[in-house]
Amino acid sequence: MRTMGGFSQMKLAVNFLTIGLVILSLPCGSYTEIPPKPPGSVTVLPPVKPAGGPQAFPDAENSNLPVFTMDYARIQVPFEVTLWVLLASFAKIGFHVYHKITFWVPESCLLISIGLIVGAIMHSVHEEPPAVLSYNVFFLFMLPPIVLESGYFMPTRPFFENVGTVLWFAVVGTLWNSIGIGMSLYAVCQIEAFEVQDINLQENMLFAAIISAVDPVAVLSVFEDVSVNEQLYIVVFGECLFNDAVTVVLYNMFIFVADMPVVEPVDVFLGVARFFVVGLGGMGFGVIFGFVASFTTRFTSNVREIEPLFIFMYSYLAYLVAELFSISSIMAIVTCALTMKYYVEENVSQRSCTTIRHVVKMLGTISETLIFFFLGVVTITTEHEWNWGYIMFTLLLALVWRGLGVLVLTQIINPFRTIPFNFKDQFILGYGGLRGAISFALVFTLPDSIGRKKLFVTTTICMIMFTVFIQGISIRPLIEFINVRRTNRNLETINVEIHSRLIEHTIAGVEDLCGQWSHYYWKDKFLKFNNRILRKILIRDNRAESSIVALYKKLELQNAMEILDTVSGDINAGSSIVSLQYVYPLCPSSSCSFSLSLSLSLSLSLSLSLSLSFAFSLACSPSLSFSFLSRITLYFVPLIFPSILTSLPVPAAEKHPHRMMLFWKFPPDMTLGIQANEFNLGFIRPENLVSHGLRVL
Amino acid sequence: MGSTNSTLSKIPNVEELMQETGFTPAHIVRLYDRFEALDKEKTGHLRPQDFGAINRLAMNPIGDRIIGAFFSPGQETVDFHSFVRILAHFRPADKKRPKDPSMPEPVNSRTSKLKYPPLVFSLISVAFQLYDQDKDGKISRAELLQVLRSMLEMQVTEEQLESIADRTIQEADLDKDDAISFEEFRKSLEKVNIDHKMSIRFLR
Repeated sequence: MRTMGGFSQMKLAVNFLTIGLVILSLPCGSYTEIPPKPPGSVTVLPPVKPAGGPQAFPDAENSNLPVFTMDYARIQVPFEVTLWVLLASFAKIGFHVYHKITFWVPESCLLISIGLIVGAIMHSVHEEPPAVLSYNVFFLFMLPPIVLESGYFMPTRPFFENVGTVLWFAVVGTLWNSIGIGMSLYAVCQIEAFEVQDINLQENMLFAAIISAVDPVAVLSVFEDVSVNEQLYIVVFGECLFNDAVTVVLYNMFIFVADMPVVEPVDVFLGVARFFVVGLGGMGFGVIFGFVASFTTRFTSNVREIEPLFIFMYSYLAYLVAELFSISSIMAIVTCALTMKYYVEENVSQRSCTTIRHVVKMLGTISETLIFFFLGVVTITTEHEWNWGYIMFTLLLALVWRGLGVLVLTQIINPFRTIPFNFKDQFILGYGGLRGAISFALVFTLPDSIGRKKLFVTTTICMIMFTVFIQGISIRPLIEFINVRRTNRNLETINVEIHSRLIEHTIAGVEDLCGQWSHYYWKDKFLKFNNRILRKILIRDNRAESSIVALYKKLELQNAMEILDTVSGDINAGSSIVSLQYVYPLCPSSSCSFSLSLSLSLSLSLSLSLSLSFAFSLACSPSLSFSFLSRITLYFVPLIFPSILTSLPVPAAEKHPHRMMLFWKFPPDMTLGIQANEFNLGFIRPENLVSHGLRVL
Repeated sequence: MGSTNSTLSKIPNVEELMQETGFTPAHIVRLYDRFEALDKEKTGHLRPQDFGAINRLAMNPIGDRIIGAFFSPGQETVDFHSFVRILAHFRPADKKRPKDPSMPEPVNSRTSKLKYPPLVFSLISVAFQLYDQDKDGKISRAELLQVLRSMLEMQVTEEQLESIADRTIQEADLDKDDAISFEEFRKSLEKVNIDHKMSIRFLR
């Protein structure tokens, strides 16, 4: 009962805060509208100069030094941006107060709802919301972080195993959808009852190109929580990222063509050629920038603090350069992140690695939150044109064509897959095609020469709302109901890794036996090329490392930190670091020497078992204060540690003498948030013990 | 089509073979061609040396074990039938496939209490046999070490190998006998989709 009261109180507080912020932001309005105030802190009254005679009022110039001034215009833009971001984030906090709701309703829907409310408030006071979903702001600032996040955290192995299917669905599927929806909408337009006969074929095709693309933002936010099997996830995920190439080409082509009265076959051929340029160009740029970034990080061992910067700058650069040439920027940034990740994570320090992952995730989340929020706001504040027939038919046709497309395409590609998609998978594949903000941004910037632009805007918004709300909310229960194959996360055991590797070797061997090659051959070839050439150039400290060994090190480190976590109960630093490690698995930093991890886990367990034993003895004899006992432990520990270390064999030293230096370099990175310099003799807590031990190391 | 038929007629008991393994005539022909190419002396049997002639297989870390899997204990040569039968283990699972004859005939795989259909059982047993060279039904620490050594070769020291082997056994070993039995092996892989990993597409 008390918790219910607590919850509702918190909810109330959050609501008040939100409303307060909204009211605060109301006077802000659009940042293009308020005319710039003159510089200077005080609005100077124009000097009144009566024609001679004594003056009725003192001159403004002679007033005293102003004590309190306000200059809003100067800080207006950053202030508004900050307030909006805060507002959206408060909404996000607010949702999690009531835990159950986020389970059933994806966050995107909740954010849109709050956006709708805020939009309604703004509309009623006749304010313009900031132009967040305008073409430039959206595509240059809002979209890159999300796409970077998706590309960075994309699981590479399943992706490359399914790359054929992904591209097949992305390219052919989107084409199928666009052309199908476009043609059928044109047919619908011919029906007189709907009064939309003035929309010609080109405009219909243009509109179809805009709304047929599955949106990464929407899909990710829904599929993230629902754990479908890996194959399905990667295909949906990959499709929505890679269909950008097709969308860009179709959009530009139809905009170009919409002005022309007649379409010639040459234009179609040029369109196809342009598609290859856009797609392959995007990927090419991404790969180039990825390699350059990896190469750069090879030399950053002395500037560890700005290492994360390179990642962000290079990926953003890839995005912008692709935008410069009007090729697929989403593909560029995704391939850049994919390429970069593998090499960069070996070059940078552990801390930089964690920072990168965390910042990428944070930026992506902020962007996503803002996008959905503003989708809601803008829905209320734009001008609409409603047309029952057109809108209903669009919704219907989009569903129908997507379903058909998935069916047909899967039939064609299933023979080429090792795990074919069954009907349940296909259903989810079709049903999971959510539309989102990209469509909205594109439709918003349609040239005004298109007569029924408002109708298109309204239809797009309806489409987005429908897919995000109805499909987004219902997809989770549907998945459970039809019992789609689910995935098992937490698959990382050393057994699985070793056996998988064995099996892969077996398959490669049997294939050689049969004299046939399949994708294992190419994979093998690429790995050899990678080990021989690429790693030598791009990685600073190149030791070819098997995935088995890497996994082993990572698991050992995780165990060591688990020990830390379980002993030091509610210590925030420890638990947050450990939880971070569970969310973002440890980076395979090559500076983690193998023997060090062994000795670390050993020494950690020893030191903590020591403190544990003291704690237990304390439980039996409460008269002794814990701090006193821990102080004793503290003095003993430094004596124990060096002897442990010297007794441990360090074979790596002979092979790689430079590793010994890394041995000493390790502690600063390894502190991982534990304050090694906080050495409070008054009350020694176990993690301080550990850190002290680490420093001795 | 003509050449297929003529090749098929050369193979004795080819109908029975196709029935057993579920390979199509085209597959059988392809495998037969391969068999003949390997069998340089045209004896109709393959010896381990013939397998060794395949370059890439020789470079495979566990190449010799794979070759060993083709030869049943005590046999020195393998004929075409055994060749095909063993390769049948690697076909992608297909509901319409006939069941592996070496396994006891299940009553009905849907009502069977086995967690996996018998076919997947045999895939895992192939993998298990690759580890268990002395065929005692358990993967001992030494056997595991051998496999790890051949897979990881130059990259790690002996010590690290031993730590990895220790950890592997610790993870999988439920009855604490310091070895991995077939049951424990199967259990550790139950979450992995073996079918996906162990099937060769072109053998479908």
